Amino acid sequence: MVPNAPVPRPHPANPAVPMLTQPFQIRRVRQETPDTFTLALQPAWGAAPFCFLPGQFNMLYAFGVGEVPISISGDPANTQTLVHTIRAVGTVTRAIQKLKPGQVLGVRGPFGSHWPVAEAAGHDMVIVVGGLGLAPLRPAIYQILAHRAEYGNFELIVGARTPGDLLYYKELEQWRGRFDFRVHVAVDSAGPEWRNNVGVVTTLIPRARFDPWHTTALVCGPGVMMRFTVQELLQRGIKPENIYVSMERNMQCGIGLCGHCQLGPYFICKDGPVFAFDQIEKWFALREI
Amino acid sequence: METLQPILAAHPFLSGLESKHLENLAECASLVSFNPGQMVYTEGQTATHFYLIRYGRVALEIHTARRGAITLATVGEGDFLGWSWIVSPHRWHIDARAIDLTRAIAFDFSCVLRHCEADHDLGYEFMKRFAVVLAQSLRFLKLQLVDVYGA
Ligand SMILES: Cc1cc2nc3c(=O)[nH]c(=O)nc-3n(C[C@H](O)[C@H](O)[C@H](O)COP(=O)(O)OP(=O)(O)OC[C@H]3O[C@@H](n4cnc5c(N)ncnc54)[C@H](O)[C@@H]3O)c2cc1C
Ligand code: FES
Repeated sequence: MVPNAPVPRPHPANPAVPMLTQPFQIRRVRQETPDTFTLALQPAWGAAPFCFLPGQFNMLYAFGVGEVPISISGDPANTQTLVHTIRAVGTVTRAIQKLKPGQVLGVRGPFGSHWPVAEAAGHDMVIVVGGLGLAPLRPAIYQILAHRAEYGNFELIVGARTPGDLLYYKELEQWRGRFDFRVHVAVDSAGPEWRNNVGVVTTLIPRARFDPWHTTALVCGPGVMMRFTVQELLQRGIKPENIYVSMERNMQCGIGLCGHCQLGPYFICKDGPVFAFDQIEKWFALREI
Repeated sequence: METLQPILAAHPFLSGLESKHLENLAECASLVSFNPGQMVYTEGQTATHFYLIRYGRVALEIHTARRGAITLATVGEGDFLGWSWIVSPHRWHIDARAIDLTRAIAFDFSCVLRHCEADHDLGYEFMKRFAVVLAQSLRFLKLQLVDVYGA
């Protein structure tokens, strides 16, 4: 039996030249929902393979417009293609949305801490995501599935506003058909053709099967959803140090120099975005300034 | 004689209940199943039973003239279904329709209330558990109102 070793904290990774933007060419664009799309990118000049850990992000630069932090949402085992899922909300993300296959954008990264996937081997895994939160956790799901035998129960809990807002719909359907992990999906509202759960994502947590003392939980989604999810997970008996959340703040440098992304004593770009809940409990419910 | 006690004890709502209390409740219980699409109960009907779901999924719906049935929530394995029985005038205020083949334990509520009155230890234990169900439902409902994914 695997001993319940303490799960080490993720460490930030520092790319070799952190301020240098590399040109990447858009190979494919896929529309996920009306305002969200996925880009598959490859180095414009056939540069070295791109390695990252699940949970890390890149600074994406729309030339002449600006730069934004975006999580990497592809498979960490695939070092040839870089994948990002982006919701167009403002100036930079809308400029990126207008780019077509063949066009180029700048990439700096990977930055930040990672989900403790390898470190959680031997544990049951519970992943709870809301809305766009599935994007930063998809690499963790790929990694767990690639090493499935090393984990106990694996429960993926996905919430969205409506069925049309679910990311990676086809992939979710494929995952639901597998025998080696359980996928629960809930939407806030749906028409009668929806034959799945209706309700907030937290309603599904009591149904998940795991041994709370030997479980690592990874949570990502909008602030309110994460707060209530963490409460439910704590209520089920998962230890605060085994619950990991991903935090968002406005960023500029992405490497701990400018102070834009400060949260209490941490810089989210370098100490986060992934934190163990006990690390940031004090600042978790702080309203963004 | 076969008893429903082990099936009752296996449901999360009743787990850990003393066996004499399970025995009392078993007198009020019967096993039921609903096919996909079948109504468990309908708005306005007299509420005579509540249900502990063993397998399957049930949609709680409100029927509107313009938009048809709107699903407010779903309940499934391990859940409690139907609180309207507890307060007068004991009528269902929404529809409950099975989405999947659903198996449940149905409880005759007047029988349960009689046992709870006769044995206040059982009554207190039952109401404590019921309060948890209500509190949890209210918490979830509040979150649904907030639109957490838009927040
Ligand atoms: C570590 C990290 C990882 C991220 N990963 C992703 C990702 O994988 N995919 C993705 O689409 N986004 C992600 N984001 C959010 C993304 O960086 C912002 O949406 C982006 O910076 C907005 O820039 P903009 O110029 O398009 O919008 P702006 O013009 O700066 O803002 C336009 C509007 O969008 C709102 N807005 C800005 N940032 C956010 C935000 N984070 N969430 C919601 N509304 C916002 C603003 O309040 C404003 O109303 C991540 C952020 C961080 C910090
Ligand atoms: S973005 Fe500059 S310190 Fe974090």
